Amino acid sequence: MKDTGQYLEGIRTELGHAQAAERRNGGPPGATPRPLIELQHVYLAFDQPVLVDLSMAVYEGETLLVLGESGQGKSTILKLILRLLAPDAGTVSIFGHEITHLSFEEVLEFRRKIGMVFQNAALFDSLTVFDNVAYPLRENTDLSEREIARVVREKLEFVDLDPERDMAKLPAELSGGMRKRVGVARAIATDPEVILYDEPTAGLDPLAVQTITDLIKKLQREKGVTSVLVTHDLRAGFRVASRVNLLREGHIVFRGTPEEMVASNDPYVRAFLNAS
Amino acid sequence: MADGIVARVDERMREAALGVYEYFALAWRALRFSFSRPFYWRDLLVQMDRLGAGSIPIVLITGVFSGAVLALQSSIELSAYGATSFLGSLVGDSMVQEIGPVLTGLGIAGRAGSGIAAEIGSMRITEQIDALQTFGTDPIRKLVTPRLLACLIMVPAATIIMDVIGIVGGLMIATSSGMPADQFLRSMWSTFAYGGFLFGYFPKDFVPGIVKPIAFGGVIAITGSYYGLAAAGGAESVGAATTRTVVVASVLIFALDYFLAQLLMVLFGPQAAM
Repeated sequence: MKDTGQYLEGIRTELGHAQAAERRNGGPPGATPRPLIELQHVYLAFDQPVLVDLSMAVYEGETLLVLGESGQGKSTILKLILRLLAPDAGTVSIFGHEITHLSFEEVLEFRRKIGMVFQNAALFDSLTVFDNVAYPLRENTDLSEREIARVVREKLEFVDLDPERDMAKLPAELSGGMRKRVGVARAIATDPEVILYDEPTAGLDPLAVQTITDLIKKLQREKGVTSVLVTHDLRAGFRVASRVNLLREGHIVFRGTPEEMVASNDPYVRAFLNAS
Repeated sequence: MADGIVARVDERMREAALGVYEYFALAWRALRFSFSRPFYWRDLLVQMDRLGAGSIPIVLITGVFSGAVLALQSSIELSAYGATSFLGSLVGDSMVQEIGPVLTGLGIAGRAGSGIAAEIGSMRITEQIDALQTFGTDPIRKLVTPRLLACLIMVPAATIIMDVIGIVGGLMIATSSGMPADQFLRSMWSTFAYGGFLFGYFPKDFVPGIVKPIAFGGVIAITGSYYGLAAAGGAESVGAATTRTVVVASVLIFALDYFLAQLLMVLFGPQAAM
């Protein structure tokens, strides 16, 4: 375990970035109270209960950081938002529409407005980088191949990849950081309003983590997207987050800004911060 | 303790029933998507190449040796009764109606069925299937339907190749043991003609050789896809999915072979049900 004082000092440094991000997003959620995504009293169990009376909201323009130990259901929340899973009880609403009971086809309209960056990028390993980024455009738009090629180049350049050098490569030929960046390029290909990140920095070296967090901030700054970031990488999360939800045993035990979390006297929050 | 055993048996039975339901539901959805848009033509062609054309070497090797050993063993038995002139008939009918379809089915189940399970299972555990859904793609439409159609087309095609090569293998053995080639071929054709014709020109004996491979192709594609989609966790589950696919598809091929033989016997008479 790290020395608590030294650690919290590091966290405060990260908070400088978080506050700056918040200012760029137009202030705290109170200033923009419209929830784009809302989960209310959600219960979900597989063999064991995963989510228990979980309620949370994501507001327009913010970057919500969902923290929690492994196996607490953080990634499950993202799958509920995408309607890849349905809750046993409770409701999930996106863009003001309840999606809990919608069919696969009915939910597509909403899902197309959401981009997802998967933990291990989840690139289609039989497709090149170009075809991976082009995939959502071919599936969900009427763009010509020429226009698709232009958009793919633009998105690859946005994530600091060289289209000429990289777009013919297969995912297996890329480093972990490059795969994540291609995953981001694919997620933003259709200019979604919301981007979900599932452990975007997991398994990356410190420089690659920096690259990915810079990219998330660039998306906030230049595209103004609403983001939900699921991670247990506290330092990376605090660099980009405007608000934090801490998950424990299936429900949220802390809600607040990163600085409120650091200042919290709740024993579990303290233990989580000190152990991270 | 007895209650515990009953509860476990009950649970297993429920799981098995659910599994059967899911298997047929998957088959139905995959088939239904063949007739609606979007249809992934490129994926179909890729799968036809992988599953069918890629299986040709194994079909050729298995076919030639099966036909040869069938002729070799049969010629010994037939010569004991002075009936070697029926060798062509026996080899031809056996290859077309039984050995060709079953061996092709088993060969493709081992090679392509396991490949389907491994590919889809790997996509499942690396979240590629979740990614497909995120982009609004139905994974059954994108992954299962092209594989199902590829198997429905390519397994019968491979079976025809297996039949021809098997007959060539039998012919080689027959001619090497002194039987004239034309006698072998005439014997074979007379048996096909004796079975009668559909539409005036299609030998009824060929019906099982077409119907069975289509059914086996469906079994191979759906079994591989079913176990691939059910993979969860790590690489171990993908390995388990491939093993289960080969075992279950092989057992289903043998079982289906029997039931189809019975059905065809009812529909076309004994000659078309061997």
